[in-house]
Amino acid sequence: MSNLLEVRDLHVTFVTPDRTVHAVNGVSFDVARGETLGILGESGSGKSVTLRSILKLHPEHRTRWSGSIRIEGDEVLSMGGKALADLRGNRVSMIFQEPATAFDPVFTIGQQIAETVRRHTGKSDAEAWKRARELLELVRIPSPAQRLKAYPHEMSGGMRQRAMIALALSCNPSLLLADEPTTALDATVQIQVLLLIRELQRELDLGVIFVTHDIGVAVEVSDRIGVMYAGKLIELASVEQMVDSPRHPYSRGLLASTVHEGMRGKRLEAIPGAPPDLSAPPAACSFAPRCKFAEAKCLAAPPPLRETGDNHSVRCVLAA
Amino acid sequence: MDTIVPATDRGGPAQPLLLATGLRKHFPIPGGLLGRTTKVVRAVDDLSLAVAKGETLGVVGESGCGKSTVARLLIRLIKPDRGTMVLDGDPVDEPHGITVNELRRQVQMVFQDSYASLNPRLTIVETLAFAPKAHGVPAAEARERARDLLAKVGLEPANFADRYPHELSGGQRQRVNIARALALRPRLVILDEAVSALDKSVEAQVLNMLVDLKQEFGLTYVFISHDLNVVQYLSDRVMVMYLGKIVEIGHVDAIYGSPQHPYTRALLSARPSMDPRKRTKEAPIQGDPPNPIDPPSGCRFRTRCPYAEDVCARVEPVLADTGAQSVACLMYTAGSGHSKAARP
Repeated sequence: MSNLLEVRDLHVTFVTPDRTVHAVNGVSFDVARGETLGILGESGSGKSVTLRSILKLHPEHRTRWSGSIRIEGDEVLSMGGKALADLRGNRVSMIFQEPATAFDPVFTIGQQIAETVRRHTGKSDAEAWKRARELLELVRIPSPAQRLKAYPHEMSGGMRQRAMIALALSCNPSLLLADEPTTALDATVQIQVLLLIRELQRELDLGVIFVTHDIGVAVEVSDRIGVMYAGKLIELASVEQMVDSPRHPYSRGLLASTVHEGMRGKRLEAIPGAPPDLSAPPAACSFAPRCKFAEAKCLAAPPPLRETGDNHSVRCVLAA
Repeated sequence: MDTIVPATDRGGPAQPLLLATGLRKHFPIPGGLLGRTTKVVRAVDDLSLAVAKGETLGVVGESGCGKSTVARLLIRLIKPDRGTMVLDGDPVDEPHGITVNELRRQVQMVFQDSYASLNPRLTIVETLAFAPKAHGVPAAEARERARDLLAKVGLEPANFADRYPHELSGGQRQRVNIARALALRPRLVILDEAVSALDKSVEAQVLNMLVDLKQEFGLTYVFISHDLNVVQYLSDRVMVMYLGKIVEIGHVDAIYGSPQHPYTRALLSARPSMDPRKRTKEAPIQGDPPNPIDPPSGCRFRTRCPYAEDVCARVEPVLADTGAQSVACLMYTAGSGHSKAARP
């Protein structure tokens, strides 16, 4: 059993009386222990929905799931009650974009971490507080003993995000899910948190899935990168392959339209149009309407994710 | 007939379009007994800048550095506590100068939140015609002009004119906001994080459009963003702010090619690497930016600066010309007493 996580043909559909959204349309990937998978995509691509499905965080009565999500061999989609509660925090945990809303404002950081430790491990009060202090040290928060007594609003954005990482790691999960955890942070703080996540991943041999819309951020933390578009993984490759030779026209367009040094004065290669409406499941390549290489066969059927060698997969009938 | 005529150039190309001197804005925080002010946020402190005609001035800095307060001061959405502004030779809000209303006709602004900045009850064409009508353009003509503007920002008028904001995507809404800013034929457009909420593929479309519109309408931009790469792409000059002060300002190539202020250097090397073989090994500076309430004495960056010395706590550095750029740092001030400064 080498893979920590195996996702197979995951479909997630949200159904309300007004409308139906096909948010995720057949996503498959693996994450090994000690590996960081970056999931890159724009808003509405299904990257966060995929991530939250791993903890079954979507509202039960409005969500239709199909496919399979296995953590160390155990099927998540059929879990409920005790098994699910045991999964969340103990085996898989998650950090979010906005640490200010993820913490409860009326309890101190220490109370919240200690409560989590007590609840999940049954440790005594004193042991739980000791563990909370160790966790703040682990995430390199200066003067941890004082910081345990701080309320979330008394901390800066970067400190709060470190505290949330501490909370997420409090019960020794083997898989950490990160949903744009540095997007709300300032540039000089973002890089500190990215480096912290990278270091902790190595120290604790964690599997990490890091969802972001920022290519630079994905490159800093990931071993492999998956690019999502319209609820599907359209390319999956090592970070080097993705940066050096992206094969899907959307990945290529995304890299070309991302402004970086040396582009001054040149016209940006923008991708025309906008992502599709997801009220119906895609009947063809979802990117074809925006793709300058599109041909008749692109509109005939949804293209499969094909392995093109070197563990590089592309969902495009035109890619070699 | 075009009733709204763009203001003509008055002082010639060498006269700055907008000159701000000694701008200061402190926000009192009510608290303490009987709601008395106990603390102040020193958002912008004695800031002077000149925007040249036809240039794009980029403004970068982290949250709390005062960059949005500067934008709001330049268009007088908020009144400065102190300081003066001159628009192409005309003092603003002074007896012999121009009124704030006239300033706002010539200076327009685009905000980050494309949805919050549009009236949800007005169709796009009504939104774009609103300001010209308020300035005396007949309604039919204002609507006609609105349709022309929609075409200029790449939105087919027949398809978009009668829609409401919620029927547009984020990118389309931001195009409408840009069109609205241009409706009064302004000379200066302040873009406050105007592309920051857009997806990368859409951001590139809007950036290309901003370049085209600048050319076509002879505009000057003040482009405020936290995205250093986008600022580098668009700007001629760049101003770096930290806790309400300018720390460095100069030509874009000087700022990005040979940054001098330790903060500018840290900010630039905090950008994520785009090369997986050259990942960032170490964060350039530790900690978060301090709270703009009670900023550090002397140099405000000293608490995070690797070169800080005792003198930095006592002496407040002023912007000094170092050749290609101006820097507010005691290391570049001859005779300041800093060990790295030149002796007088």
